[in-house]
Amino acid sequence: MELWQSIPFACILLPLGSAAVTSVMNKRWSRYWTMFVLSCLVILCAIFVFKMQAFSGSYTYMMGHYSAPWGNEIRAGMLEAVTALFFSLIMLLSLMGGMKKIEEHLLSDKQSLYYVMLLLLSAALMAQVYTNDLFTAYVFLEIMTLAAGALISARNRGRTLVASTRYMVMNLLGSGMFLLGITLLYDLSGHLLMSNIKEAVAILAADGKYQMPLTVVIALMSIGLGIKSALFPFHTWVPDAYGYSTPTSAAVLSSLVSKGYIFMLVKIYWRVLGVDVIRSTGILDVLFVFAMVGMIMGSLSAIRQNDVRRMIAFSSVAQIGYIFMGLGMGTEAGAAAAMFHVFAHAISKAALFLAAGGLADASGNNKQFRHLRGSGFRSPIAGIAFTIGALSMVGFPFLCGFTSKLNFATAAMELDDIRMLLVLAVLTVSTFLNTVYFLKTVITLYRKPLAGVQYSREKGQRGFCFHTSLVLFSVVNIALGLFSQTVMDFITRGLSYFG
Amino acid sequence: MARMKNDYENSWWPKLMRWLDNGSTALDDRMEEEMEETHEGHLLPSPEEIAAQEARREERIQQKLTDELELYARAHHWSRTKGTKIADWAYRILAVVICVSIIWVLLQTASYLPSFGSPDNPAHNEVSRRYIEKGMEETGAVNIVAGMILDYRAFDTLGESNVLFVAACSVMILLRVSSDKKHHISSVHQLEMEADDRMYEPKDDLILQRATAFLVPVILLFGVYGLLNGHISPGGGFSGGAIMGAGLILYLNAYGFQKAQRFFTFTVFKAISACALSFYALSKAYSFFTGANHLPSFITPGTPGNLFSAGLIPYLNIAVGLVVCCTMYAFYTHFRKGDM
Repeated sequence: MELWQSIPFACILLPLGSAAVTSVMNKRWSRYWTMFVLSCLVILCAIFVFKMQAFSGSYTYMMGHYSAPWGNEIRAGMLEAVTALFFSLIMLLSLMGGMKKIEEHLLSDKQSLYYVMLLLLSAALMAQVYTNDLFTAYVFLEIMTLAAGALISARNRGRTLVASTRYMVMNLLGSGMFLLGITLLYDLSGHLLMSNIKEAVAILAADGKYQMPLTVVIALMSIGLGIKSALFPFHTWVPDAYGYSTPTSAAVLSSLVSKGYIFMLVKIYWRVLGVDVIRSTGILDVLFVFAMVGMIMGSLSAIRQNDVRRMIAFSSVAQIGYIFMGLGMGTEAGAAAAMFHVFAHAISKAALFLAAGGLADASGNNKQFRHLRGSGFRSPIAGIAFTIGALSMVGFPFLCGFTSKLNFATAAMELDDIRMLLVLAVLTVSTFLNTVYFLKTVITLYRKPLAGVQYSREKGQRGFCFHTSLVLFSVVNIALGLFSQTVMDFITRGLSYFG
Repeated sequence: MARMKNDYENSWWPKLMRWLDNGSTALDDRMEEEMEETHEGHLLPSPEEIAAQEARREERIQQKLTDELELYARAHHWSRTKGTKIADWAYRILAVVICVSIIWVLLQTASYLPSFGSPDNPAHNEVSRRYIEKGMEETGAVNIVAGMILDYRAFDTLGESNVLFVAACSVMILLRVSSDKKHHISSVHQLEMEADDRMYEPKDDLILQRATAFLVPVILLFGVYGLLNGHISPGGGFSGGAIMGAGLILYLNAYGFQKAQRFFTFTVFKAISACALSFYALSKAYSFFTGANHLPSFITPGTPGNLFSAGLIPYLNIAVGLVVCCTMYAFYTHFRKGDM
């Protein structure tokens, strides 16, 4: 085994090992150290994508001296590599963009603990992406849940405490359902390793044995992960959690944590249970309907907000609906479109949350739209980054959101029943609604400010890191839009190695 | 952009939407009112802020008084009196119905599962067979459970001990009261809690102290025994650590924070956790790397049954046990006082 093939292992162990060390550092060193570790992670992931492209295939990596069903194992393929790169990049950029705010919002002796959480979260994300074992997935899912709860409550004020309580209640319910699903599945198949479960489930499906428990397993896992990733009827924890926590937390939660669960779900559908088994149970139709309703209702709720952060949070609900719609189609093209939307949404949404934080700062710490008037002139880079992110969400050509919507429409063309019309109709309506609230915000940013209100200029200046991160976000967004075909190619190839 | 109607917020559509968003009931509305964002909750408000707050409150009261008639009318409106009641009841009944149906489905599922203990269950396959038959030979641990969690599936346990660490850190982020040098203001909570502690501590409960003096060494010794013999007999990091943590908590209860702080402070907690976890991560990283690349490793199972055997397992047990012990103690102190 060549040295570069150990990169996934390093990607998990590096942040995991350094998290414990971070807790003993003071706030300054912990910040530098976290930045350093996350940068190393991005570089490693980038090298890995480069190498995997030449390798074209997938391989498994033993975690220890015992081979797969006995010991632990991780598995790396094209899709995992690309996902890991995007996740680590967004993590780094979100931290960079919100660093000043973390210092402002958190007590000084809690900041190093915040960085511990971020590092553990990235380790858990990497482990989620690469793991080939359902129980490992569950363990790291727990780390993600707890760390995300701490990220919300780190800014210690009333609203965030209520938000994190709501988050915990909903997410622990989701974890519980997922764990119950794993337990039942183990009882039926006798394995925890993904590829072995798939064989066992295929035999069960062929024999027609244990059909009822298998259906319950699929329902428990789908709904559990749906709750955790804020699928429509279970989204009640979202607006407060994303709206009032510190910008880095909001960006990380909306664009990484929920996406980690979605990647897990894709993995369960394609690698663990087999998509044919899933299709026969009808759970996909349930997800499809939830997603459709979510796309409309999320956008309608977003229109009614007068607080920019809450608006973006509700827009997340709608965008999660898009992703679940792609999964609900049950086709390879649908899943590929959903994965692309995972990346597109993650890039745009993190940039939107960070930029909204900067714009609010330039408006005297007010997030209401009437105060945001003219903030695009007071904080130019944040304004431009927000505009690019918003246009991408709306689906403006040359930005990644456009390709993603196009992918959904193309994937829908392959369906030959009523769902094709439904997807196209809902996509149109939802895009229209997106345009309403995002363009309204962008226009607000460049309107004449409220009469008689003066905002201090210094507050808007958030320094080099903030601006660099926003510029990088915009660049990545445009690059993903321009080279979308390459990324789509990676995703489809990765999905084909999944089986 | 659409022009907003004056009473838009009270028309039926936003109400429906609010109900859809977060199930807002009368109770929730009151909560939102109380938690309006005035300042960062953990800092002492400055006099101006207090004054401003007072003024705002006055204003609000005035507003309420002037709106009294309207409020009265609204409060006695059908939707407020009977409507809320009906909605509340419907909510409760629906909740019960949903819970009962989920329970029913799960119970039904349980009856469809492979029967318990039957030899041809899917779970009785080559995986467990190898653990049982070859476990001692391959890992060197007489206790198969220790061999499974710390050697075969050590990666999961690495995650598991980090779950404990992340839980302890979350509790600290949430509950730790501390003075912030940046703002030159010590938190109100801290002062209040210190006062509380002084009042109630040390308890000087002679019976408790004598019993503790006798029990704590035994408990700690038993914990250490469980920890060190985890690979030979039932026990191991998680249980041994829990016993040690319980012993420390008993000591703290009998003798008070001042005495406990002589040897266990926040710094000690951080140092022990960091050392234990990074030792675990580093040693297992070595073992994972050599295992995956099929390199020779200097870690050998040794003679099963010896204290120094089973490769890394005893050391990993110690690391896990320390983390568990620290986490338990940290939970206790933070929930009680918010500090160590």
